[in-house]
Amino acid sequence: MNRAAILWRVASILVAAGFIAAWQLVANLKLVSPVFLPGPDRAWTALVRGFSSGDLASKLIGTLEHMAYGWLAASIAGIALGALIGSSKLMRAYVAPSLEFLRPLPVSAIIPVAIAMLGLTQGMALFVIAFGAIWPIMLATIHGFAAVEPRLYEVARALQMSRMAVIAKIALPSALPDILAGMRLSLTVALILSVVCEILAGLDGLGHWVLLSARAFRSADLFAGVILLGATGYLTSVAMSVVEQRLLAWQAAAR
Amino acid sequence: MTLARAKPVLLPAAALLAFELWARLSHLQSDSLAPPSAIVVALGAAIGDLSILAATRDTLFAAFVGLAAGGGIGLMLGVAFGISRPLDRLMEVTIEAIRPIPSIALLPIALISLGFGYRMEIVIVAFACVWPMLILTRAAVRSIEPRLMEVSRALRLSPAQRIAKIVIPAALPRIFVAFRLSAGIALIVAVTVEIAINPLGLGAGIMLAQQALRADLMLAYLVWIGVIGYALNILLIAAQRRLFGRAALAGDNT
Repeated sequence: MNRAAILWRVASILVAAGFIAAWQLVANLKLVSPVFLPGPDRAWTALVRGFSSGDLASKLIGTLEHMAYGWLAASIAGIALGALIGSSKLMRAYVAPSLEFLRPLPVSAIIPVAIAMLGLTQGMALFVIAFGAIWPIMLATIHGFAAVEPRLYEVARALQMSRMAVIAKIALPSALPDILAGMRLSLTVALILSVVCEILAGLDGLGHWVLLSARAFRSADLFAGVILLGATGYLTSVAMSVVEQRLLAWQAAAR
Repeated sequence: MTLARAKPVLLPAAALLAFELWARLSHLQSDSLAPPSAIVVALGAAIGDLSILAATRDTLFAAFVGLAAGGGIGLMLGVAFGISRPLDRLMEVTIEAIRPIPSIALLPIALISLGFGYRMEIVIVAFACVWPMLILTRAAVRSIEPRLMEVSRALRLSPAQRIAKIVIPAALPRIFVAFRLSAGIALIVAVTVEIAINPLGLGAGIMLAQQALRADLMLAYLVWIGVIGYALNILLIAAQRRLFGRAALAGDNT
């Protein structure tokens, strides 16, 4: 980072600090009832207290677990199914249109069906999260497989590679940018669905925490939970970017 | 030729037929599954007594008002950030801090400050719609041919004129793509809010059907929500083709 960029960054952080100060001012002057809007000081205290004495940490871990398990299951199944469908012309012709038809379906609509089948359980939450998160990954994988440079397939044929070898050595690496983009999109979906499932099923997690805090009108705890959820979204997306850069470094170098 | 046309429908049709047969032969009694024929009957009844249509109206109303509010804010911010690089850099940290908050996390806040009903749903939908609109509009404005901006400077257009006569028309095709994506998000968020908590619209309808153990009605709602989502998508893609032709497809790879 050069000098100017650092200066802009500092200025930008100052602007954000200014907004927080304005928030504090609004809260202090009680322009909005403190029942709805705690100041950043109270939200921060609630956050610290929640971690030191309360069970905020276990709630955070609960949400992260739901998110991670559902997302990982979706990633594995999505890439496997996507590879299966994407690597065969026949499957692409027969199966892909149905998947495209299902794509605009609001995935949360599957929640009642999942509740009817599995009840208000951990399994229901994992099923819903995995079901919601699989679409972006699977469709991106299919797209990535379909867009592989045809000459690479010719090379594979010339080398008489097996189908598994073609998938592992040619198609997957070449579709990797698409797949990673799909996985990044799914991360957001997984977080949202985790929160919804926790709210609905009362599972241990931040969704349940914010709902309980709202019901009891403990707005400071509520804001602490929302801030944590924002931080979760931010940090998981940053982690994903790092992984993406690592895994795609060879492609950037090749260009 | 007929086979090529039939290919996409073949698989779902076969699956539905198999499911119907299996349900009939095993005399299916379930709280979560119903044969397709029963789902069609339930859907017909729900359309007949207008209940599902009223729910659709409620959901679409909340989604579109939220889309208009959030999309409008996102559009304005996107144009401002796209034109003024310093403004964009100054707001960067603030935006990056607020954007990753999952829209649904605002649900309890909206709930205690606004109560149940349209207003809280609209606020959450609006929050969700701001971001795609802001980011894509900003990118669209930035990618405007620099010569157009030079022309506007040579003509000494005022900032308002510059935005109305140069920026918006030049960025419009890509702004419409952003609008289309936001509309999809608006519908998804509206249904999600209704399923999670708000006793309103399609989401509440499907939850109610589930709680009443009416598997046929629940799946009818699911199918209907899918149809609404699909129809909205098709409609907006058609509008995009008609209004902007190929111009809008540049840079849109979805």
